[in-house]
Amino acid sequence: MASSTTDTYLVGREKIREYAAAVGESDPIYLDLDAARAAGHPDLVAPPMFAAVYCGGAFKRAMYDPELALDLPMLLHSGQEFEWGELVLAGDEITTEIALAEQSERLGMHFYTFASLSRNARGDEVCRGRWTLLIRGRE
Amino acid sequence: MSPVQPGDELPELRVTPERYVTQRYAGASRDFNPIHIDDEFARSVGLPGRILHGLYTMALVARAQTQSAGGPEKLKRLAVQFRGPGVPEEEITITSKVLEQRDGRTVVSSTATQQGKALIRNAAVELEP
Repeated sequence: MASSTTDTYLVGREKIREYAAAVGESDPIYLDLDAARAAGHPDLVAPPMFAAVYCGGAFKRAMYDPELALDLPMLLHSGQEFEWGELVLAGDEITTEIALAEQSERLGMHFYTFASLSRNARGDEVCRGRWTLLIRGRE
Repeated sequence: MSPVQPGDELPELRVTPERYVTQRYAGASRDFNPIHIDDEFARSVGLPGRILHGLYTMALVARAQTQSAGGPEKLKRLAVQFRGPGVPEEEITITSKVLEQRDGRTVVSSTATQQGKALIRNAAVELEP
């Protein structure tokens, strides 16, 4: 496995609200502090797919690795897997470690799969991800 | 979540992404790849125009699951392959079907379609009770 990249992301209430609005999430535990607390959470809850946000910094660094030199304009997101552990809440500091796990080539296209592991500041696993990119061949 | 049986269909979710959804999602996710926000650039690399972020479409699939299961803590796993690019301003339908109960989890297969084409087909979902 290639060397890994690590990034830490501090989850903010307004970022959760902005993300929830962008993807159409309307459950009040993502938006309203009183509702989140009434449901037993100490702060706003991040929707599961908010993983794309807190992993984003680490993923981008891995993707822009100059040694990989991906042909970025020809890049498409081909596959994604997430497995979730503890819920992520506003105020959590999430540390994500990511590394290139697999590379393959078929039909003139290159596939790259990165594996990520994210933990909160207590060391609980919050998300494991597998990110597969496809680089289309140029004519 | 009420008990579900293999073959049960879970509630469908229909969403029409608004015109500027890709710009909003780019800001929310910090993914400003121009294929999502710039029609001219997208066409210059052989796409029909700016396309939805795959992770946006995946978030719709996730929302369909957490809504039917009763909360974000129920969704333990979601794995998708992106089959084709989605576009703004056309309705997306998320359908979900229970496959089996395994190791205390409900295993669901989910599909996102737009204009008759699959954006995500047979997404693998695992829900906890």
